[in-house]
Order: sequence, then structure tokens, then C-alpha cells
Amino acid sequence: MARKPAPVPAEPVKPRTLFDKIWDAHVVERRDDGSCLIYIDRHLVHEVTSPQAFEGLRANGRRVRRPDLTIAVADHNVPTSNRAAGIDDEESRIQVETLEANVREFGVPYFAMDDVRQGIVHIIGPEQGLTLPGTTIVCGDSHTSTHGAFGALAFGIGTSEVEHVLATQTLIQQPAKNMRVTIDGDLPPGVTAKDLILAIIGNIGTAGGTGHVIEYAGRAIRNLSMEGRMTVCNMSIEAGARAGLIAPDETTFRYLEGRPHAPKGGAWQVALGLWRRLPSDKDAVYDREIVIPVADIPPQLTWGTSPQDVVPITGVVPNPDDAPDEDRRSAWKRSLDYMGLQPGTRMTDVRIDKAFIGSCTNGRIEDLREVAAIARAAVARGRKVADHVHAMIVPGSGLVKEEAEREGLDKVFIEAGFDWREPGCSMCLAMNADKLKPGERCASTSNRNFEGRQGRGGRTHLVSPGMAAAAAIAGTFADVRDFR
Amino acid sequence: MDKFTTLTGVAAPLPIVNVDTDMIIPKNFLKTIKRTGLKEGLFYEMRYAADGKKLDFVLDRPAYQNAKIIVGGPNFGCGSSREHAPWALLDFGIRCVIAESFADIFYNNCFKNGILPIKLPKEEIAKLMDDAERGANAVITVDLVNQEIKGPDGGTIKFDIDPFRKQCLVEGLDDIGQTLQAAPAIDSFEASQKNAQPWLSMKI
Repeated sequence: MARKPAPVPAEPVKPRTLFDKIWDAHVVERRDDGSCLIYIDRHLVHEVTSPQAFEGLRANGRRVRRPDLTIAVADHNVPTSNRAAGIDDEESRIQVETLEANVREFGVPYFAMDDVRQGIVHIIGPEQGLTLPGTTIVCGDSHTSTHGAFGALAFGIGTSEVEHVLATQTLIQQPAKNMRVTIDGDLPPGVTAKDLILAIIGNIGTAGGTGHVIEYAGRAIRNLSMEGRMTVCNMSIEAGARAGLIAPDETTFRYLEGRPHAPKGGAWQVALGLWRRLPSDKDAVYDREIVIPVADIPPQLTWGTSPQDVVPITGVVPNPDDAPDEDRRSAWKRSLDYMGLQPGTRMTDVRIDKAFIGSCTNGRIEDLREVAAIARAAVARGRKVADHVHAMIVPGSGLVKEEAEREGLDKVFIEAGFDWREPGCSMCLAMNADKLKPGERCASTSNRNFEGRQGRGGRTHLVSPGMAAAAAIAGTFADVRDFR
Repeated sequence: MDKFTTLTGVAAPLPIVNVDTDMIIPKNFLKTIKRTGLKEGLFYEMRYAADGKKLDFVLDRPAYQNAKIIVGGPNFGCGSSREHAPWALLDFGIRCVIAESFADIFYNNCFKNGILPIKLPKEEIAKLMDDAERGANAVITVDLVNQEIKGPDGGTIKFDIDPFRKQCLVEGLDDIGQTLQAAPAIDSFEASQKNAQPWLSMKI
């Protein structure tokens, strides 16, 4: 009797990361030099980085290849008060009107300023279920990294690439390197996703992730809500990484199920089957690995003009003499001068003029609930926002605003002396009327503390929503753990 | 896009770490719907005081008013994706930025606009920074075809660059035109994706 031929051993399958899997599934063409033409599943468009792209299409007689995979919204320039009066600033108005004319001409779906679904582009994608695991998502905005919280490969692009995606629904890209940041342990009470990402950036620096996609892993990440995961992935770009990723899990699926554009019925079950295969293989190799213990992280804030200039609230303004190298020493001096701070000053002694709660980093419902908890506790003790502080709360979208009002949070805010406003990017980058005056100091839940970011001469300190609320009430930076 | 083969010009020194895109072009200049005319906003808050007085920024000094090259600090161009940053540099006349490292999006945006970003080791940057400090007398030549920089004293520094990006710059190629030639491959990708994950192409 002939022996059965031995089965041909299968080609050993190289273990892959989440990034590798998404990348491989979107390659349209591979080129000799290693770059790939990759397919883009979702293209988010806003008014600031798109006019020149639409103009380019027009000049070359090109159309939008897949308007059905494209969604546009105005967010950067929109006013956050008295919406009915329209946009006062002429240039801002023209930019929004230009977007409206372009979406009409090219047939792109659009959430208008009076649509309850309008909001910051990175808030509305997840809200609508447009952001799905395993997809590729781009936008002419660096904080597109936010969507990586769902296990989607999402990154910011320039206007030339916006035009490229509009025309072809693809991009030419070099594959990124894989980096994994593992956060084990549990976040202590009062310490949030924002503190976590600030601590990570403080640790690896603003160029720490350059050329890489950062996958966040570990118990502290797994235990975060989707809102918290979005906050972490949002600021990947501040760590130099174009994209952040978190493997999709039951938390992700629970958030997505039933959202307007999430798959339904049988398709939902098929999608779940695909999404459960996305997490990185056990033996996948990363180009860089970092493990950060969290057990001892106090609430964090920035003192300087780079997101890596991070100190704990229990700390002091650093001394340039202690900088690790000459480049850093001169950068610290420049920062201290701009920020008007003296080395050795306790952070809790630094007085603020404004608080800004909102942005694609911290403008979601969970962030507002955190602020409301601090505000309620303050009111119960007879305290309110300090007299010398103007504290704005800008919800991330019309739907976040609606939900907050349904929960009665707006009343809590107003009673505690906060200014409750309409949704948009607002003072995160101060393109609309919301801005700091020269020398004003702000506790801000946004993502960048660059010179002039929130208004010329303005001094920005990045904090969590709870820390911003605590500072607004104390009038100086304060440890949110004392306010709960 | 203008071709880039060789460039000879004055290099301006900007020895600052983490030059971010908010510094290169502040947000009040992002409201334009055009790509041109942005030189007015280039490094605006470093060039002008709040009262409009000039601050003696390097690009305003007589020696550097016609600079074509910037020698910068590490992590140049960090921050937002605004392509207004390279548009503003280009509008001023800058066609090349040389630094120890760049933020990814800015780096990419430069190539789309005919600007050559060159990464060099710290020691080479220090040397070029010294050359740049010498002002209008120190003219640098950047030869992309041969991938070398010739300093004012005749020294030569070699640099690396991705071959595809080099080709696009040297030939002034339009990315979109090239990609549209791959239309059949894009069509077939879409057909198979529609089959496997029909919910993705659902009408938004």
C-alpha cells in the first residue's frame, strides 16, 4: 500500500501587528521602492485644508471619485455663540461658504452648521459609526489619529494629499514602523486618559514616535472607555506619530453597535467576525517597545510651549540648568520666557485667567461628565468658578451638546459659573472669535501649547477636563483629587 | 510643480528645536482659499511684535532677504498638517530646508510642493549652521541629482533621499496623474472590497 504523501508544509505565516493587517488589506499596488498605493475607506473634509484641493480638481477637470466615502463639516471657523447670527469674520465666513459651494458642486455629503450632527470632524466620525475597525481614514488634519482608538488606521494629510484622495480614493505611502507603548497597572482615581497621554509624551518626547504608528496596549488602555481611548490616540501626533492604534475589543463593539453607519443585522455579525481577527498576533515583532508603569502617575499638566514639557500637579516649574542637553536648555529658557514663569514655582501657585474645556481631545460626553462632577462638588461646598477666571465649555458636537443637556449638565455648568457654548474647534486653535489675549494664561483641555496657538501671546497649559475645572474654580492650578 | 535639480542660494540659520507649523504660519493666515500670497504670514509672530513693529527676524535681515534655504533645528515642522506651512516657505522663496529631523506630515508636504527637505546628522547641521551664520557671503549649492550639498568653502556633504520622492522632484511629477493610471487596479480593489465588506460603501 502506497504511503500517503506527507502534507506540504504551509509557508510559515509571519506574525503581524494590527497595523500590518490593516495595511496589507488596503494595498492596491506595491511599488519597487517599497511604497504602496493604499485604498482609503473614509475621507473626512473640513473647511480649512480643503479649498485648494477642490480648486485643484476643478483646474484639472477631475471629479470626486467616491463622494459616498467622503463627509464634510465646518468646524475650525464656526462661532460658538449666537449661531443664528452667522459668521461675523469675513474670511472665516468665506472659507465656510467655499466649503458649502464645493460640496454642492462635487456631491459630497455635508453636515451644515445648523445640523445637530455638526461638530468637530474627529468627534462626528465615531459618533455616526463612520469610524470602523480595520478601516483606513484620512483627513486634512493631524488629529485624525483620534480614530485609531477603534483599531482604524487613521492619519492626517496635507492639502495636496486631500486632493489626491478626492480624485483617486487612494494615497501613495511608505509603510510606517511599528511601535508599541504598553501601560500596565490601573489608573489611580482622578487620573484620566489625558494624564496618561501627557505622561507618555513627557516620557518619549514630541519626536519619540516619528516614522512610527504607535499601538497602545496593556491593562490601563484596555480599561479605558472609547472616549478615553480617543483622547490617547488623538495626541499620538504630539508624540510625533502620525497614527495611534488600539486593538478593537468588546468595548469598541459596544460603542459602535446601533450607530447610524455601523453595519446592521447579518452584516454586523460578519463584521464582528472580521474585527475579532484584527488584534496583533501574539508573536508580532515591533520596531520599538516601551513599557510605562502607571501606578504612581499623579494628574499631569504642561508648563512650557511643547507638549513634552510635562510636570505632575505636585511638581514645580523646572530649571533650565537641569535640562538634559544644550538644545533642551535653550528651548526651556525660551519657553519660560514666553510662559512668564520662574523656575521652582509650585504649579499649584500658578494663577490662570481662562479655562477652555473642549476640542477633539476632550470634547466628548465623558469629558463633560467629569467636569460636571467637579462643578457639582464645588457648588455643594458653596464654590464657583473664580471671579477672575472665564471658563468656557465647548461641546465637541451638536449631539454631545444635546446629550449633555438631556443629562442636565448644562444647568450644573451654568450654576457653577461656566460659559456653556455651541460646538466647534473653538479656542483649541483660535481660528474663530474664541482666543486668548496676550499674556493670558489658560488651563486648556486641548492638545497643543505652542507659542501663540490659542491667541498671540497666550499661555496654554494642557490638562485633563477635571484639572481644567479644578483650576477654574481654584483660580490657580489645583490637584483635581482634592476636588472630588 | 516646479522641477528641483540644483539650487544655489543663501541659507538662513534657524537654530530652534521643534519649529512648529503654528510658528511657520499662524492660524490667522489659514483662512485663505488660495495657495499663494502666504509669505506675508511666514513666521509672522517671530517677525512682527503685537504692535506691528519688525522684530529683526533672520529672514528680514538684508543678508537673508533672498534666502532660498533654511538650516533648522531638530523636529522641524512638528504640529498640524497645514500645507500652508510649505506654501508660505515657497512663497517667500525657500526651496530647501535642512535639519537633523522633521515631523512626518510636514516632511511629506514639502515634496508635494517642490521643496526639498534634507535630513543630516547633527555634526553636519552644525557645520552648515556655521556657514549660514555668515550671511549673504555664504552661498550653498544643493544638488539633488547627485545628492550632495556644496558649502561656501568647497566642502561637500552627501545626503540620502527616497528614490521615488527624488524622481518626483527632479521631474516635477504630478502624483494624481500617475495614480490615475492605476485606475484598473483601484477598480478591482473596490469590487473585491464591496464583496467582502459591503457595509463600507454604504451611502453616508
